[in-house]
Amino acid sequence: MTTLVLIEAEGASIKKASLSAVAAARTFGSVDVLLVGPQGAQEAAKIDGITRVLHAETTPQLAESIAALIADRASEYDHIVSAATAYGKNVLPRVAGLLDVQPITEVIEIIDADTFVRPIYAGSALSTVRSRDALKVLTVRNANFDAAKLGDATAPIETVSTAVEVPDAAYVGIELTHSDRPELESARVVISGGRGLKDAANFKLLEPVADKLDAAIGASRAAVDAGFAPNEMQVGQTGKIVAPELYIAVGLSGAIQHLAGMKDSRVIVAINMDPEAPIFSVADYGLVGDLFEVLPQLKAELGA
Amino acid sequence: MGVTRDGEQGPNFAPGMILRARQTILTEGVRGSISQRVMKQFDLRQGVDPQTYGLGIKEVWEIPAEKHKPGFVQHSFGWPMDDGTYGGAWLYHFGENLVSYGFVTGLDYSNTWLSPFQEMQRLKAHPEFAKHLEGGRRLIYGARALSEGGFQALPRLSFPGGVLAGDSAGFLNMPKIKGTHTAMKSGMLAGEAIAETLGQEGSSEATSYTERFKSSWLFKELFEARNIRPAFARWGNRLGALYAGIDSVIFRGRAPWTLHFSHTDHEALKPAEKSKPIAYPKPDGALTFDLTSSVFLSGTNHEEDQPIHLKLRDPSKWLPVNWALFRSPESRYCPAGVYEALEEDNTMRLQINAQNCVHCKTCDIKDPTQNIDWCVPEGAGGPNYPVGM
Amino acid sequence: MKIVVPVKRVVDYNIKPRVKADNSGVDTQGVKMSMNPFDEIAVEEAVRLREKGAASEVVVVTIGVTEAQPVLRTAMAMGADRAILVQTDAELEPLAVAKLLKVIIDRENPGLVVMGKQAIDDDMNATGQILAARLNWPQGTFASSVTVEDGRITVVREADGGLETVRLALPAVVTTDLRLNEPRYATMPNIMKAKKKPLETIAAETLGVDIAPRLETVKVVEPPVRQAGIKVTGVAELVGKLRDEAKVI
Repeated sequence: MTTLVLIEAEGASIKKASLSAVAAARTFGSVDVLLVGPQGAQEAAKIDGITRVLHAETTPQLAESIAALIADRASEYDHIVSAATAYGKNVLPRVAGLLDVQPITEVIEIIDADTFVRPIYAGSALSTVRSRDALKVLTVRNANFDAAKLGDATAPIETVSTAVEVPDAAYVGIELTHSDRPELESARVVISGGRGLKDAANFKLLEPVADKLDAAIGASRAAVDAGFAPNEMQVGQTGKIVAPELYIAVGLSGAIQHLAGMKDSRVIVAINMDPEAPIFSVADYGLVGDLFEVLPQLKAELGA
Repeated sequence: MGVTRDGEQGPNFAPGMILRARQTILTEGVRGSISQRVMKQFDLRQGVDPQTYGLGIKEVWEIPAEKHKPGFVQHSFGWPMDDGTYGGAWLYHFGENLVSYGFVTGLDYSNTWLSPFQEMQRLKAHPEFAKHLEGGRRLIYGARALSEGGFQALPRLSFPGGVLAGDSAGFLNMPKIKGTHTAMKSGMLAGEAIAETLGQEGSSEATSYTERFKSSWLFKELFEARNIRPAFARWGNRLGALYAGIDSVIFRGRAPWTLHFSHTDHEALKPAEKSKPIAYPKPDGALTFDLTSSVFLSGTNHEEDQPIHLKLRDPSKWLPVNWALFRSPESRYCPAGVYEALEEDNTMRLQINAQNCVHCKTCDIKDPTQNIDWCVPEGAGGPNYPVGM
Repeated sequence: MKIVVPVKRVVDYNIKPRVKADNSGVDTQGVKMSMNPFDEIAVEEAVRLREKGAASEVVVVTIGVTEAQPVLRTAMAMGADRAILVQTDAELEPLAVAKLLKVIIDRENPGLVVMGKQAIDDDMNATGQILAARLNWPQGTFASSVTVEDGRITVVREADGGLETVRLALPAVVTTDLRLNEPRYATMPNIMKAKKKPLETIAAETLGVDIAPRLETVKVVEPPVRQAGIKVTGVAELVGKLRDEAKVI
């Protein structure tokens, strides 16, 4: 069984999400990777456990072209996989459409070659589905799979292209978001404050810690209602739903509406005066203490 | 629609509409905003008892199939309430392994420390309730005020251009805690009366509604139940229950006297220093729960960017009255955690979390100085209860 | 130019879905249903394009049970001109939906299809892309802004790490992301008007499309409840744990 993994490069290096997709795909058997774009093929060749790199150097970064390219070669594979990034989610369902396959998106667990677990209803339920399609087209959530390592091995690189005529679309460009602070929904680390911060001025105490961790800043609804932070910073059922690698809740009780917006974070830290605060019931690491003492210490401790 | 938090017209602002009709049937449920206005404007409550209310809080549970007995009905009163506080519970098995559990607290309670929510939670620990719910899981939570005044508290039912029906008037049969059949009947009678009025030249009030009511089974039903609730208000739960038995079994509801309600619910509240503090047990997370996780199960939500729909008519009254005298009763009677008394800069202030509101209207009823105005929020906001649960 | 907007009736986004006791799926009995929020954004965008003169007609389509009609009426109250219900009681997957939509689109011959990027029930995020593939049209997914000009559509897309711009020849499929617009309210006069707008019902089985499911649902469960971890005694211990044990910093 061979799997084709569509990977993405950022400059000359391979995105971590793609390395997770490769690791997930290796559970099926041998893996070929496909890289579209001028750079990154040398790096891709170093990914542990892959058979070869297909490099579509000249194919435009458009779903129409990439999907056609993959569909062209699909007969060689029984699984086609990518990370569930905006890139993968744009391309792979189109591949499935071309090949008359029902895609399975946002997979969080692979049970066997045909059976997968994926969240539905914004994570309120987990659905296990078995595919009857001969070919499986999947996107996988990188947070749920370890990343494949980059080793010393070098897989052969094969240049590929397609002559299939694709619909008329042109790539104009990309404007990368320039922000001193990452966006809440995509940040690797989120630090959120609650009403325990007492006022809007104190809310700024989160900033030095956030700077150290390159974290986005969030707020509980209570903090937003009290005017400490603007509404777009609200994390929770009615605000933004986040699932970072690390979530630090500061002076925030953990009302269930808030928990609904962050419970899928990989590691949760709670800092609160009240040892009974519900936030501790979901926190991996809880620190009972006065946040006005803890925050400066935390900044100092992270300083190194 | 589309008014912002500051009261400005937002980008999606859509003006309200004036709906004109020759006759309007008000069926807003208990303590309806328009009905309240109409009763005041047309003086419809003249000569009747003040309306008295209860706060019903309900949960729906899914229980193990082997425990489920479809059609099982259990009612209770008394514990955990003291003798002077009216309240009772129901527990019904229904549907597919579902149980409806609810608790009604008479809003004429006097102890400012009382929390209807906590009373409702702790009754579940009673063996007769716990044995049904153990091993199950809670699915839904909700709350709503009910009108308990019954017959004596019914206002004049018609006014020029409209009528009151259902709980807008207060047709609940309190001893039975049932109001659906009575509301439907009142709607039918209202419809008949209005049809007659619309056919008459120059007539603007459907006055025959009241006569139709008086000659219907609805009148008889409410009349016969009329003395039960006030007996509890007057003599407490034990003697009230004794009286209720005499009134309904011996007199069959036709006792030659009518008991009255002497005061409104908000007048009944006693200051904190005259009330006995109540120590409520901590939730165990299996049978009993905290407030925030409960409100979550009501599915309530409101568009954030709209004016706060719970207004203090006079914000300066809160500190000297609600806090100083009563220690913020709203933070206990509200079953949705809307009101919180917070300490800030060594003084207390009232935080209103309007987004949590489940539209039960208790604050509009029970605030000791009637200072809280429950306004209608932007369309589509509020709790989301599944149909038939 | 005609715009076709496919919409889906889903469990209202305020409802916390409940997994059925037999783990066969999510209980939708008696639950409030509404238009998929991403589809509302699609209807809004299509109506705006018509209001700007870039389109002449907006046709909404839904595929599903008869009870989905109110969703079409809502779309028409927001400004869509007419509606089509492809009636079926079967539970459909995105591939089948796209195939049915293709038949309708071949018949309607629109210049543009605008639809939500995903439905908030199955969270598949696939129907638009599959439809574009089967029509052999270009696609502009996860749109945060669209402009129609000279027979082409410029779509600004929510890509990884920024906003990507593509220009597509028409006809094309655009799928909407949250930031594209804020849908208008359906006002009472417009709700009344929508009742008189044409709504055509077509039985799905008359369209000659294979809609048999490709996926079998093995089980649906609630996600595991998160357990409390440990309490640390101080900041140094916390940072140590985050570094060495959790390896997140």
